[in-house]
Amino acid sequence: MAARTRPNVVGGTLGWLWLVFVLVPIYYIVVTSLRDRSTFWTENPLLPPAHPTLRAYGTVLENRFMLYFGNSAIITVATTAIVVTICLMAAYYIVRSRTRLAQRSFSLILLGLAIPLQATIIPVYYMITRLHLYDTLLALILPSVAFAVPITVLILVNFVRDVPRELFESMRVDGAGDWRMLGQLVLPLARPAIITVAIYDALNVWNGFLFPLVLTQSTATRVLPLSLWTYQGEFQTDTPAVLAAVVLSALPIVVAYVLGRRQLVSGLTAGFGK
Amino acid sequence: MTSGFEPGAAGDRRTGPGREASTLDLPEPGPQRAHAVTSDGRSHGPNPIMVIPALAFFVFFAIVPLFAVVALSFTEWDGLKDPVWAGLTKWQETLSDARTLNAARLSLIVMVATWAIQAPISLLLGVFMAGHQKYRNVLSVLYFLPLVFSAAAVAIAFKKLLDPNFGFAQALGLTWLNLDWFGKPGLALTIVLVVIAWIFIPFHSLLYQAGVRQIPQSLYEAAMIDGANGWRRFWSITIPQLRYTIITSSTLMLVGSLTYFDLIYVMTQGGPGNATRILPVDMYLIGFRSFDMGHASVIAVILVAVGLVLSITLNRVSGANRMESQMEGM
Repeated sequence: MAARTRPNVVGGTLGWLWLVFVLVPIYYIVVTSLRDRSTFWTENPLLPPAHPTLRAYGTVLENRFMLYFGNSAIITVATTAIVVTICLMAAYYIVRSRTRLAQRSFSLILLGLAIPLQATIIPVYYMITRLHLYDTLLALILPSVAFAVPITVLILVNFVRDVPRELFESMRVDGAGDWRMLGQLVLPLARPAIITVAIYDALNVWNGFLFPLVLTQSTATRVLPLSLWTYQGEFQTDTPAVLAAVVLSALPIVVAYVLGRRQLVSGLTAGFGK
Repeated sequence: MTSGFEPGAAGDRRTGPGREASTLDLPEPGPQRAHAVTSDGRSHGPNPIMVIPALAFFVFFAIVPLFAVVALSFTEWDGLKDPVWAGLTKWQETLSDARTLNAARLSLIVMVATWAIQAPISLLLGVFMAGHQKYRNVLSVLYFLPLVFSAAAVAIAFKKLLDPNFGFAQALGLTWLNLDWFGKPGLALTIVLVVIAWIFIPFHSLLYQAGVRQIPQSLYEAAMIDGANGWRRFWSITIPQLRYTIITSSTLMLVGSLTYFDLIYVMTQGGPGNATRILPVDMYLIGFRSFDMGHASVIAVILVAVGLVLSITLNRVSGANRMESQMEGM
């Protein structure tokens, strides 16, 4: 048991101050998005609006928001599904195989943790244009998958490695092949880890900005983070609408966070911790 | 209130020894493997086809571009036609370009300042969050909120919040805070650093929280019997015990600071003037706005090199390679 000692004044003060620092901008985003266009100029920015309205949300929804939302949803779901599937297979192979290929693959993939995505954007742009994929959603999915592979493999390998060897052996005795062990043993046991990496990868793709900025250009392929930027130009004098778009773009992540916080948090620390 | 420097261990299942055992206790590969050889002679384990898709994606869209960017740094390319071999021209051009050199200087400042701001706050917050009091759990949940927003969203929100006419300074009636935050070079850079801290500190404090919870409680008990006060226990137990977490988190901070792009690009586009034009922003603007891909590729190569050197050095210095420890038992 922790013994009672003098209160930790430094930690406590910092803790509460940080809370205020974190919450004020978020509070500001939400209350401003509920303000009317005209009262935005006159009301105190940090007080709740006298007459809250959803007008700003209406404006955003009328301006192709659902198209951008759909695009973001497509690339996020597709990327996450592909990454989790191929990385689970890879993790199974890396843990279960004693071949040189397994070790080398793992070392190579771990090296990827140190490659900044920004630094490869020019060749990626070159490849995408040469593959005639420029300005398509596929152009966003392919490199996003590649850059999600290292952390996904790392977390899944750490998890699959903890599956007791005896379970594999007893299934093998029953005549199960690798695919059946993957599906009936690893998949159910690794579910928490899979949910963790899936949320983490989805978050990165959903919020990604550089690939869309460089690899797409038309309205038809625009994704949410990029749309926030263009909304800012379109609604120059309509700050509530811009911030309503910010709120709407973060909503799915808030939901995912509420549902999967525990797993996300524990998974992240398992991946990056010692 | 219990001292936050030494979170209660009661009910904490993630203490050090137990967790380490789970990764280090793996049986020796060789002899164990022999049991797995079945009658059909499957001694080489699973079919390599299982690792091929992940490897293919990764090699094609991450490793190949890594080599390609080195090649492109020796070319003249406008982004449309085909690249033309240019030898060392672009390297000479880049290394004598005042704006790029300024970007490198700014990147260095951002890197050092990021670490100096974030490391102590993350550490203290992590220690605070590691306490098991209910309210601390609630606070930890709230701290995480910035991570749900994209960098673009955060940049836009802060721009509006700091607006000199309609922002927070007006709201509070603090006229001395009514500054043109994004119009003055020094101020703009400071704001960038503050917003970066707002986004990333929650993640790092989470690493520290997990690290603190792995410190064996017995160390604190022994220290208390010896009469060490809270401050003393913090410096001689918490800090040394967290050394791997400190190295990991610092590596991520320093290497990460080389990659801030979205936030700065949306918030300031590198301005005012070139005051926030750090290397990744410089690279983007030169490559995709001035269409000088050769020059931009040189900057990219420098970014990769600095990132790799930093990661390797930090791991060497710390005497423990995080990646190696992850691979133990392989």
